[in-house]
Amino acid sequence: MFELLGIPPQALFGQLLLGLINGSFYAILSLGLAVIFGLLNIINFTHGAQYMMGAFVAWMCLNYLGVNYWAALLLAPVIVGFTGVVIERLFLSRIAHLDHLYGLLLTFGLALIIQGLFRNQYGSSGLPYQIPDALRGGYNLGFMFLPTYRAWVVVASIAVCLATWFMIEKTKLGAYLRAATENATLTQAFGINVPLLVTLTYGFGVALAAFAGVLAAPIYSVNPNMGADLIIVVFAVVVIGGMGSIMGAIVTGFSLGLVEGLTKVFYPEASATVIFIIMVLVLLVKPAGLFGRAA
Amino acid sequence: MKTTALLLGTALAALAAGAAQAQTSVKVGVMNDRSGLYADLSGEGSVIAARMAVEDFKAAEKGIKVEIVSADHQNKPDVGSTIARQWYDQDGVDAILDVPTSSVALAVNQITKEKNKIHINSGAASSDLTGKACSPNTIHWTYDTYALAQGTGGAMVKAGGDSWFFMTADYAFGHALERDTGAIVTKNGGKVVGAVRTPFPGTDFSSFLLQAQASKAKVIGLANAGGDTINSIKQAGEFGITSAGQKLAGLLVFITDVHALGLQTAQGLVLTEAFYWDNNDGTRAWSERFAKANGGKKPSMVQAGVYSGMLHYLKAIEATKGKDPTAVMAKMKEMPTDDPLFGKGSVRADGRKMHDMYLFEVKKPSESKAPWDYYKQVAVLKADDAFKPLSESECPLVKK
Repeated sequence: MFELLGIPPQALFGQLLLGLINGSFYAILSLGLAVIFGLLNIINFTHGAQYMMGAFVAWMCLNYLGVNYWAALLLAPVIVGFTGVVIERLFLSRIAHLDHLYGLLLTFGLALIIQGLFRNQYGSSGLPYQIPDALRGGYNLGFMFLPTYRAWVVVASIAVCLATWFMIEKTKLGAYLRAATENATLTQAFGINVPLLVTLTYGFGVALAAFAGVLAAPIYSVNPNMGADLIIVVFAVVVIGGMGSIMGAIVTGFSLGLVEGLTKVFYPEASATVIFIIMVLVLLVKPAGLFGRAA
Repeated sequence: MKTTALLLGTALAALAAGAAQAQTSVKVGVMNDRSGLYADLSGEGSVIAARMAVEDFKAAEKGIKVEIVSADHQNKPDVGSTIARQWYDQDGVDAILDVPTSSVALAVNQITKEKNKIHINSGAASSDLTGKACSPNTIHWTYDTYALAQGTGGAMVKAGGDSWFFMTADYAFGHALERDTGAIVTKNGGKVVGAVRTPFPGTDFSSFLLQAQASKAKVIGLANAGGDTINSIKQAGEFGITSAGQKLAGLLVFITDVHALGLQTAQGLVLTEAFYWDNNDGTRAWSERFAKANGGKKPSMVQAGVYSGMLHYLKAIEATKGKDPTAVMAKMKEMPTDDPLFGKGSVRADGRKMHDMYLFEVKKPSESKAPWDYYKQVAVLKADDAFKPLSESECPLVKK
């Protein structure tokens, strides 16, 4: 049997597939961040907490209301997205005219508060959430065992990413959105309600995070810190892809998942750092990110 | 009205008792993780346990004034070191309790030795605390990597799991646990076929699980803890690793982890603990009181260890009529230990607290009758079998 880079190709394919799965989470999360940054110019540090809220809301739906996974997949993003709308109206809209830094500090503070509240209520070790029955089991692909649930995660996230891209780049609503990003005053002069658009966009970005949270609930530990651990990586992904670039966020999300997956085979100790090394390299060579426009 | 009078009376009595005896005042710092992945198994619960020890010892009546302070070391050795120095140098803390996370514990161990204070460690696992890093000022109370390896590792090898692959959290604790378990596996005739070091803390372990699967080892040893263990077990189930015949050995699984996993996922897991709330009448009664103060959550062995250690420390203070660290430490090693949670035991010259350890199996959902009814006992490991014998000790304090 031949070997690629010192490991059998079977193992390599398996790891690449796993990388793609992790990349799905990076892609949805960085997409949400990119959408929010694009229109609101806010670096949404609450994103990780909102991802965590998505998972918790799914847990609450199941345990308090008896609502199953599939309904939670729709319900949790709506509920968490609504809390996003409230945050935007109450806080973010007031600092919209200020420097980026204020938004960053505000959302960072909010993230800490939200995590603290959840930790206080539910503790730090997390809550159990089972894989829905329809997605149990898996396929034997020969080179690896692919759990049905993971396959579903990839499919669902690719669908959501592409739908979002289509909506923003190809529809009329998306055109308004892009116009408002380009020049808010002028867009408003054409009779488009820009503040409403901004609020809904933030709500949508947050809903994406919550959607990722529900997807993660059955496979990762549902605990108040789950987002905090992930969000730093996701920020690096956004920086590499280019702030505010929709396709950039999606493509970078998936590809960095792949790179990370490979690192886990060749040098596992570095798998938590490899994305940041790439970030540094990209910033040195292309400060606006791989897909970003130079300011 | 009646209660007020009663309270007043008690207070006066306490005052009178205090005045009658020479007052010793001690300040004890409970340092642990209050916000991260070990917050549930230590955290505020450990502080509650320490307070309960003070109450049960009736310290005030015996003329000992105890003040308890607490801090969050965030699982970072630098943060823990700063707190320890501040406590010893400026705040007049006499002893530090708990300190989960081996890397932080080793740092606090060193500082305590420098400052000649007392450290009673309940939370950390590394057996180095009583091995090559042992100190005349530290007692390692509840468990260690050697005992975990003996318990779970020994049992798995005996049950036929003779080839092992380790998934190891990449820091002091994981390394120690891997080393100690590897030694037990080899000693019992098994072999270690490989290991992977995973970044700490981690979220996705599927890649490492696949490497473990490819190794064809009969047992995958999880040399990690807390959220890492939860994620590994959850994902091992998902990737069909357990159903394909490979066994998981959770080398350090706390009851709080089982609670977080749910019995559906955790059932059948074999694990080693020093304490289980449902062991006997004594542990049940204490745990009930504890749960009342801790929002209904039962105590972990770490929290139970803080109680037991604090109690022994107070007894030594009473016996030596002072708080001189050298005298108190000598007393603690000389006096046998006795409390309702760990029964009778002793503290060895190297600082190792000796008591039995228990091998448990996690119940099936159908076997669990009440909340937190999670374990059935598989075996009892006598203290002398569970912990590393002094004859093999690397600790310079041990005279051979």
